[in-house]
Amino acid sequence: MKKLLLGDEAIAQGALDAGLSGVYAYPGTPSTEITEYIQMSPLAKERGVHSRWSTNEKTAMEAALGMSFMGKRALVCMKHVGLNVCADPFVNSGMTGVNGGVVVLVADDPSMHSSQDEQDSRFYGKFAMIPTFEPSNQQEAYDMMAAAFEYSEKQCLPVLMRVTTRMAHSRAVVELADAPREQNALNYDAKAANWVLLPANAKKRNDAVTAQQAQLEEDATNSTYNIYKEGKDKSLGILASGIGFNYVNECFPQGSPYPILKISQYPLPKKLVRRLMDECEQLLIVEEGQPFIEDIVRGVADMKNVHGKLDGTLPRTGELTPDAVKQALAELSTFNFELSTGFAPSENVVPRPPALCQGCGHRDVYAALNEVLKEYDNPRVFGDIGCYTLGFLPPFRAIHSCVDMGASITMAKGAADAGQWPAVAIIGDSTFTHSGMTGLLDAINENANITVIISDNLTTGMTGGQDSAGTNKFEAICRGLGLSDEHLKVVVPLPKNMPEITQMIRDEINYKGTSVIIPRRECMQTLQRHLKQKKAAK
Amino acid sequence: MKTDIILCGVGGQGILSIATIIGEAAMNENLYIKQAEVHGMSQRGGDVQSNLRISSNPIASDLIPKGGADVIISMEPMEALRYLPYLSKNGWIITSSTPFVNIPNYPDIEVIKADLNKLPNVIMLDIEGKAKDAGVPRSANVILLGAAQKALGIEYDKLEDAIRRVFGRKGDAIVEANIKALAIGKEAQK
Repeated sequence: MKKLLLGDEAIAQGALDAGLSGVYAYPGTPSTEITEYIQMSPLAKERGVHSRWSTNEKTAMEAALGMSFMGKRALVCMKHVGLNVCADPFVNSGMTGVNGGVVVLVADDPSMHSSQDEQDSRFYGKFAMIPTFEPSNQQEAYDMMAAAFEYSEKQCLPVLMRVTTRMAHSRAVVELADAPREQNALNYDAKAANWVLLPANAKKRNDAVTAQQAQLEEDATNSTYNIYKEGKDKSLGILASGIGFNYVNECFPQGSPYPILKISQYPLPKKLVRRLMDECEQLLIVEEGQPFIEDIVRGVADMKNVHGKLDGTLPRTGELTPDAVKQALAELSTFNFELSTGFAPSENVVPRPPALCQGCGHRDVYAALNEVLKEYDNPRVFGDIGCYTLGFLPPFRAIHSCVDMGASITMAKGAADAGQWPAVAIIGDSTFTHSGMTGLLDAINENANITVIISDNLTTGMTGGQDSAGTNKFEAICRGLGLSDEHLKVVVPLPKNMPEITQMIRDEINYKGTSVIIPRRECMQTLQRHLKQKKAAK
Repeated sequence: MKTDIILCGVGGQGILSIATIIGEAAMNENLYIKQAEVHGMSQRGGDVQSNLRISSNPIASDLIPKGGADVIISMEPMEALRYLPYLSKNGWIITSSTPFVNIPNYPDIEVIKADLNKLPNVIMLDIEGKAKDAGVPRSANVILLGAAQKALGIEYDKLEDAIRRVFGRKGDAIVEANIKALAIGKEAQK
């Protein structure tokens, strides 16, 4: 059967057809649609595949390991910075190994369309000694899912599958398997001691996994996903990984005269790379993301006939484009490229940055906060990750920092420790449960002089309105962490409540200690969706 | 057959439903399709675009090279201009004439229209007005699709069939409204 699927959907369907028993994930662009697809899938429902959102990537990864411990196949999905959050279980899963297959799907976001950095997850794979797959297109992403689970079980290691934005968020027709594979039965791991990373066991595992690397590299050399395509003209050899391979092909509609080595499985098969280097006079390395392969190939010797991002033949940062790849190829070869030119850009076009929705509760929170902070000399507002980060832009210009999930509360605390007052943290409901709770405990334990605003819109808004783990529990969570009721306030952020909310903020800033204000009103996006559903039901 | 299309507008204007209809028509014809979309932060009122490529031969890149687009379909006039470097010299722009003003420095709309009118192949339509007049106010984007039919190189009937399949489960009234909108767009091509 053929289906038009997003890369993310192809991955999800591939996992389901590979006999998946559970997906564990926290929403993050560009990975969100994988879990959403599984949540909507009739097959997943019929089979009871776990698909509820996890509180963060770390809890997701650990739950997946638990499922693997029981012999079943589990998928973990996240965006690239999510891998930082679950780095501890991820790296140590390379030590425990797995029982049921585990695939860790990480969607990188070069060009930072919806992210704060451009980190390349392939480094994590190498670092954790975990085999890494990188599909070039949607069909390969689908097919690779079955291969990755199988390989994970064969090598008793998790597999990291790395995709990038254009792969995750691009549709293509995908040919699906005739029937899904059966799910694994419950099966305790015969290698029980591997799961106990007590130094005595872990040392053995470290030696074993290190020794296993040679086999992984040999498998990559023989992998059907790593293809050496012959070419008559040896003046140039092209090494292309992941979707970089597509851009190379786009430049040669009639086929490349130069040899091409396509890399989609790591560890980097050095034998194949060496063959390309031996056969060709010079090398162009085309990879989406950071110069991961290029750095290995170029080495300390800084070989002059190796070209790519490090010598400026391709742009050092940002996504690859077919145009950038064509320009690089034209620079290094005598091939006669058809260079098509478009129209000159219009000088009258102005940028249109994203903005908070009209009627959004975060707007009222910022309006109130700005009004109150005018009364103080040097207020500082520590922001966080979510729609409300847009509060940095005009008209609000309301926040002074945005670093990572949860950093608003902890940075405000550190600033207060250093003598800052007023120190205000603003964090969304989902970000708070993801990574804010532990920081709030630190603040409460020292009664740090900060005011925390948990702007609760009852959903994970930025990624499209997924369930938020703490909905209806925020007051209880704050109390549980030791906050007194006196400094725990709840309000509905609406223009008509402006006097109430401004007074509340003022009072809590003036209180010398930790306080939490929870402005709570549903996200406009989910509200509209719910109203539509209600109307349809009538 | 090969058509490279840029669909653009402002987040929330519904460019992806146009893409869905074209994709459905193309898939039914057994054509190859690649459609790169924008999700995430920019959907909140920012500029959004989708690269849609359909071809009788396999398609390598998800992105359209500069100067390669055969048609730009835009829900907003300034957004149509944003992608000019991607438009082929003999490509078409099919755009709504109604500005979507959600930024303080939106240029004078007459300047934008003048820029558009300087280009060789442009169809600029008051799609919201036409949709309202015809009693199909929610199908303005499909008027744009109808107006792009020739530039897309897809037969009119195939688009109509695709609409029936895409909107089928939403009921006859919605199917008919969209087919009416498609016909209004088709007329505007002449």
